[in-house]
Amino acid sequence: MKALKKLMDKARPAFEPGGKLHAFRSVYDGMDTFLFTPRETSRSGVHIHDSMDSKRTMIIVILALIPCFIFGMYNTGYQHWLAAGATEFPFWEMTLYGFLAVLPTLVVAYAVGLGIEFVVAQWRKEEIQEGFLVTGILIPMICPVETPLWMIAVATAFSVIFVKEVFGGTGYNIFNVALVTRAFLFFAYPAQMSGDKVFVASGQMLGLGDKVDGLTCATPLGQIATSGATNAAELTSALTTATGEPLSLWQMFLGLIPGSFGETSTLFILVGAVILLLTGIASWRIILSVFAGGAVMALIANCFATPTYPASFLSVGQQLCLGGFAFAAVFMAPDPVTSCRTNTGKYIYGFLVGVVAIIIRTYNNGYPEGAMLSVLLMNALAPLIDYCVVEANIRRRLARTKTSAE
Amino acid sequence: MAEKINNRQIFFNPFSKDNPVIVQVLGICSCLAVTAKLEPAIVMGISVIAVLAFSNVIISLIRNTIPTNIRIIVQLVVVAALVIIVNQLLLAYAYDVSKQLSVFIGLIITNCILMGRLEAFAMGNKPWPSFLDGVGNGIGYAIILIIVGFFRELLGSGTLLGFQVIPQCAYDAGYANNGLMILPPMALIVVACIIWVHRSRNKDLQEK
Repeated sequence: MKALKKLMDKARPAFEPGGKLHAFRSVYDGMDTFLFTPRETSRSGVHIHDSMDSKRTMIIVILALIPCFIFGMYNTGYQHWLAAGATEFPFWEMTLYGFLAVLPTLVVAYAVGLGIEFVVAQWRKEEIQEGFLVTGILIPMICPVETPLWMIAVATAFSVIFVKEVFGGTGYNIFNVALVTRAFLFFAYPAQMSGDKVFVASGQMLGLGDKVDGLTCATPLGQIATSGATNAAELTSALTTATGEPLSLWQMFLGLIPGSFGETSTLFILVGAVILLLTGIASWRIILSVFAGGAVMALIANCFATPTYPASFLSVGQQLCLGGFAFAAVFMAPDPVTSCRTNTGKYIYGFLVGVVAIIIRTYNNGYPEGAMLSVLLMNALAPLIDYCVVEANIRRRLARTKTSAE
Repeated sequence: MAEKINNRQIFFNPFSKDNPVIVQVLGICSCLAVTAKLEPAIVMGISVIAVLAFSNVIISLIRNTIPTNIRIIVQLVVVAALVIIVNQLLLAYAYDVSKQLSVFIGLIITNCILMGRLEAFAMGNKPWPSFLDGVGNGIGYAIILIIVGFFRELLGSGTLLGFQVIPQCAYDAGYANNGLMILPPMALIVVACIIWVHRSRNKDLQEK
């Protein structure tokens, strides 16, 4: 660490104004503050000092994501072994397989996103902002593991430029950048992003795993959408693992099901949620109300279940465990930039995210999953909710002063 | 007034500096509706040029006899008559394209560019400058439509004017058409990109 510090200090003069590598100042600055603490201290007017800056916030979110990420590695390997018809499940080989399967996506997402951030920072003569740190790890976690890499690159570039940079960079984006990446992929390349071919890795990685051709394994929500079930019993039998065995609620909760890389395991998402809540990074109001909204809407859908919409036969527990619902509730909805600022607004925002997610999932057979679209929709409405809450508060207080004056 | 601005400026200004779509931001709705393919975009552009040029001339000819308080109705009648003529011509000679454009030829009448040019220019200028203004603005509109249509068809369907442009070997290598390009929102994003490029090249257009 000391040697690294020395190296960085020695390199600094070259990046100072007038130095040889002055053009890359923002790159140097970004690396320096990423590795060590920022050099600048406030000069006046600040009375409360806290080392909580946006870099630390981002790093805690990354820490909270790591349990899901590791489980995603394991699950990717597990699904592959299962689909290949294996009888033994070697833990380390499966995890390594999953790691190798997701590594290219992770590298591409970071390279493209950070590349754009570096160029823009250099262009605007600003410091590099750290917002992409979290986005870059979220992107591989919410995409199917078999998504072609060039699509990831195109989608990442699109969402970083059009959702973040044109609005002013980190902290000014109106939509969640990772979710827009996912939405872009979903609408631009529907054939490659849904159906039953993309959610299980089929190739060999460094000799690990078998080459499986024509592997088909739909996500549980995909199975429901195509099952045409007319009652709850038929629905339960339509939900199967890759080998055709029925799927239990416990498996759904644990996350040993096909799905996007990091979002299958509700258990490990909850571990991440605990980290985020204990450190005070995410708002418990939003997380709680997303689950509440989802539960209420799932209950209503279940009470009025019809064969037209097979997903309405799902129980509340299944609705909350399946698909990206829990992941969206914990890691997407409470994003401090795109969610509501007021406390009342947070309850309304979260509740509506949950309700809309279940409505889209249940009552639109064309879209098996609605969590992504519902968070994006509510991102757009969040400022409006805040406005209404603030206005209501002003009116309430005005009324109070009027009555006390009389 | 008409003598002060020369005809050359009247004709060429709408191409870039005073473009109806990317500077005045008019006619956005049809720009988003007809540009999924290049062919309807070109036909739409030509139709708008024709309607705009002739309605400008007709209104300019009768500008001194129109009572001020019913001028909008008179303008609408003229435009509507021209739009119906264009629509009938398309039905007769380009039936397939006319089917694709469906209601949007009829909706040329609601295109803000038309009423804007009639009100702002034809009501106060002689027929010849009005004709040039109409053709110029029509071409300015058509250029943007064609650029948007070009990118949307190329990236969304891999074709141009119906011919396959992106070779099959690209698809075999894993390339896929971008379905989002076919959807209307992408038209606005493409227009936004054109505005972006245009304003960064013309610094005097930047607000601040």
